[in-house]
Parts: sequence; structure tokens; C-alpha cells
Amino acid sequence: MEHIELFFKSIFIDNMVFATFLGMCSYLAVSKKVSTAVGLGAAVIFVLAVTVPLNWLLDQYILKDGALVWLGEEYAEYDLSFLSFIMFIATIATMVQLVEIIVEKFSPSLYNSLGIFLPLIAVNCAILGGSLFMQSREIPSLGLALTYGVGSGIGWFLAILAIAAIREKIRYSSVPPALRGLGITFIITGLMAIGFMSFGGMLTGGDEKKEEKPAVEAKVKEVKVKEEKAKEIVAENTNIN
Amino acid sequence: MGLKQNLHNLKEKYKGTKMAPAFNAIHTFLYLPNEVTHGGTHIKAADDLKRTMNIVIMALVPCLLFGMFNAGYQHYAAIDGSLRTDVIANFFTWDNLWIGIIKVLPLVIVSYGVGLIVEFIFAVIKGHEVEEGYLVTGMLVPLIVPIDTPLWMLAVAVVFGVVIGKEVFGGTGMNILNPALTIRAFLFFAYPTWMSGDKVWVYDAVKRTGTEDAISGETILGSYAQNNDVVYSTWDMFMGFIPGSVGETSTLLILLGAAFLIFTKIGSWRIIVSTFIGAAVMGLIFNGIVNADIITESSKFYGLMSTDWWQHLIIGGLAFGAVFMATDPVTASQTNKGKWIYGFLIGFISIMIRVFNPAYPEGVFLAILLMNVFAPTIDHYVVQGNIKKRLKRTKVKTA
Repeated sequence: MEHIELFFKSIFIDNMVFATFLGMCSYLAVSKKVSTAVGLGAAVIFVLAVTVPLNWLLDQYILKDGALVWLGEEYAEYDLSFLSFIMFIATIATMVQLVEIIVEKFSPSLYNSLGIFLPLIAVNCAILGGSLFMQSREIPSLGLALTYGVGSGIGWFLAILAIAAIREKIRYSSVPPALRGLGITFIITGLMAIGFMSFGGMLTGGDEKKEEKPAVEAKVKEVKVKEEKAKEIVAENTNIN
Repeated sequence: MGLKQNLHNLKEKYKGTKMAPAFNAIHTFLYLPNEVTHGGTHIKAADDLKRTMNIVIMALVPCLLFGMFNAGYQHYAAIDGSLRTDVIANFFTWDNLWIGIIKVLPLVIVSYGVGLIVEFIFAVIKGHEVEEGYLVTGMLVPLIVPIDTPLWMLAVAVVFGVVIGKEVFGGTGMNILNPALTIRAFLFFAYPTWMSGDKVWVYDAVKRTGTEDAISGETILGSYAQNNDVVYSTWDMFMGFIPGSVGETSTLLILLGAAFLIFTKIGSWRIIVSTFIGAAVMGLIFNGIVNADIITESSKFYGLMSTDWWQHLIIGGLAFGAVFMATDPVTASQTNKGKWIYGFLIGFISIMIRVFNPAYPEGVFLAILLMNVFAPTIDHYVVQGNIKKRLKRTKVKTA
């Protein structure tokens, strides 16, 4: 049930494109034809499905505050989370390289039509966004991380598929010259986001909010405690001086 | 020398100037044009865009008239509950109609006035004929907003809907989202307090809030969502003697309109039927969940999930959306197979939003917008499937 809920949520409610507007560059550039859009979408699903669980492992056992405790008690205080951007991007770049090799081998025509945008998945913000959301939303298990990765990928795939079909349809519309190309695509994206807002607020509200609040309060408390400790330390230091 | 000749003279006078489309539109709207086409083949048929639009408007008129009476009836019934015991005698009265005239007609006038002004401006700037697409949109908009919507909000939303929803794509026939629904969605997200709750559906309820003769008119969906009891009988729901947006309450009149649209082949029966099927299937699934005791009575979803599946079809805007909105020939799927899928998903998602989304008691308009977004995708794959099938057939023949 947990998996189904997260899956549904990551596809429709927290859709990468329509809720957070991530991954726009390739979304706008490669959505002129449905067939290429499908290829890129599939690549994004694959990369997200692999990188999010991998980065979850990284986060859990190396980067998180106190994650290094498995090395020994003396490592418990290390907090390497400032390295997460670099580490996540390294994982993503490696995986994209892998995808590129696979696509070139099995579908040269798709490889050619995707062109520069295939290696550029490495810097697609939807991919890094997936890993960072996974970190900030504190997804509790590897299985859920996989679900989240696949779900976000499918959400992005649906978005680029829909806009590619729409752009094929409006090719014969008499759009005002000033808006042709990217301008109208942005407007369509906004209108599509209105459609996707039908899911906004679904599965949240009611029961779940009550659970969320204490967590936030606890975090605020934690931060406050930390601040106080820091102040004490500063005060002690000044006293010594 | 009648009005026709005068209009014709005006048209001739402004021919070739920027204002020509405006006078042309007025002339052809009122009379048959004098000109005939020169040369080339042409088809003589009665069903041009203007006729098509007029037929849809004719189908909408009963809903509008009923909505005007209903506006007054809901107002007086909210003040004096005893009126509900004898609906027929208290419904078609002059008092009711008067409230309808002062509340509903301004909505219609603002919707048409603002929308047509925008259309005329665009036609003059772009130098093409004024398109008739707004005739239906302008009629649909007042029918799908709450009775107490302030007129300036409606005007702002109409400008947004016509410009961003339609004109930037090149006008009638090019838009990807239904303009009327774009307007409704804009209102819903920009002014949520005016678009939901228990006050906006009955005339004068907002003003009376907090005073001693306060009245309220919770919609049926709102009551179900809060697990409250519903005071209306099934008969009331079907006939439409219930609070709700102006024109969407009477399922009977909507079905009459549907029959008219299907008979004149303007509306697609495939979409209408499949939308109802989709909604019924989702309703049955929810009923099944309740019957299997998966969900308890304390759950926030219980009220709407336990609603009988057939009741979902006659309350809220589902029928109106299925008949008049989903069948919009521009934004719906174009292929026959696509229409079945498109309609089914609209019904399915509508009921799902209704039940699962506490923020939106009514999900029909959002479900239709969402499927508008995916309609080209559905079409694309239906067409591709056909191409593949035919390729196979030719291969078999040649082999």
C-alpha cells in the first residue's frame, strides 16, 4: 500500500514537470516528435530508476549525519551531507554514460535523433532533483527509493509524451509569429499544469497532516537545541578568551 | 432599405480596412450574406460552424431556463424549508424567475460581452473573420459557475480563458484545452473561496453570513464529503431541484440536450456513453471496497465511497460535463477508438478525484482538462496502431 501510494504520488501529484518544473531544457528541446520524446522519456525512466536507489545507498551509508557509524564508533559524528551534490552527480554521470553506450549499441537511429540531449541527461535537473527529493523527503527504505525513482521517471515520461503529441497537433495552428516555438510551448506547459492540478492535494490533507506536523516541530526543536549548544560553545570560547 | 441593406453598405464601406471583419461578423450573424463564391468546386451544406454552434446553444437553453428558476427556488427554499415539500407548485413561480433574471442573466451578458469584445479585437488585429467559436463557450461559462460569482471575476476569467486558452493558439479550432473549462479552472484556482463551500451556491447566502437570517445551501457532494446526511431525494437529484452551479443540476434536461446533440450528430455518442461507463465502473469499484469492509466508517473517504454508483452519475456536474464539455470536437480525441478511451478515463478520473481529493469536491472539469491534455497522445497511438495493422495486412497479401 505504501508503495502504491508513493508510486501514484510521484507520477501525478509531485510530477517532476508540472509540480516542480524540473528537467525543462530537454523537455522543451526534444518534444517536437513523439518517437524521440518516447526514447528520451524511456532513458530518463531508466536513469532515475537506477540512480535514486544507488544514491539512497550512498546517502544512507556514507553521506548522512552519523551514517559512517558502521565503520566504528569513532566515525559516528561525521556528517558528509555537504558532499551529496558531488556524489549524486558522479553516480548520475556514470549511469548516463552506461545508458549512452547501451542506446548506441542497440538503437543507433534513436542515438542519432537524441543527439546531444542523451549525454545531457547527466545534467538534467529532473534526475538530480529526484535524488535530492529522495534525500530531503527522507524516504525510509531502498524499495521505496526504487518506487520513487521509477514513479518520477514515468511522470516525466508522461509529460514529455503528452507535450510532444500536442506539439505535433498544433503544427498546423496559426500561432502568432511572436509566440511560435518555445513561447507557445511554455504556455501549453502552463495549461497542462492546470490539468495536472486535479491531483494536487490528493492523498495529503486530513489524516496525514497531523502526522507531519509533529515531525516538523521536532525538527525545529532539534535545530533550536543545536543552536543553543552552538551558542553555549561560543560563550564558553569567549569566556576562555 | 432595411437593416440588411444598411449593414451591407457599412460592410462595403469598410471593405479592405482593419475594421472590416467586425462589420462582416455582425452582417453574417444576422443575415445570409449576398456574396456567392466564384469558381472552383464547392459543397452546399447547412452545417457550417455557425449552425453547429447554434444547435449546441439550443440544447443548452432548457438548462439555462431551468437554472434561472432554480436560482430563485433555492433561495426561497433555503429561507423557508417547508417549500421543499411541494416542489412542483413552488418551482415555476414569477418570484423564482425574477431572481433568475437579476442573477443569471448578468452572468450571461458579461460572459458574452467580454468574450466577444476580445474576439473582435483579435479579429481586427489579425485581420481575419470573427470566429464563431465563442458562441458556445459564452453560453457554457455562466452555466458552470456558482450563482453568486462576482461579475468582475467572471470578466477577468473570460479574458484569460479566451486569450491564453484559445487566441494564442490561433483561434477557434486550434486550442488544446476547452476554453470554457479553462475559464472555470482559472476561477477555481484564483478565487477558491468563491468557488466552493456551502455559501456560494444559493443567491444572497454570502451576504447574509453572520447575520441572524443566515442561509446556506450545501451541495450534495459537499454533504457527502463531510459524512453529513443528505436531505434531497433521488427524484430531486434527477430533476435538478438541488443547489449547484447554474445549469448543471437537472440531469433530465441535460439528457434531453444529449439526445438532441446525438440526433443532430453534433455530439459524439461514443464519448457520452463511455464517460458514463467510466464513472459507473469507478463507482462500482468504490462500492465494492466499502462492501468488502476494507474501509471503516471513520475514514474521511467513507461518505463518498459508500454513495451508490448510480447516484454518482446524477449528482454534481458529471452529466453536464459528459454531454456538453467532453464532446467538444476540438479538444476531444478525434479517432473513434480514441473517443472510447478518452471518455472512459474522464468518467473514471472524475469519480476518483471526487472521492480522494478532499480539496475538490467536484472533479469533473479537472478530469476533462486532464484528458484534453492527453487526447493528442491517445490519438497518436490509435493512428499508429492502425498503420501497423494495415502494414501487416498488405504484407500478408503480397506474400
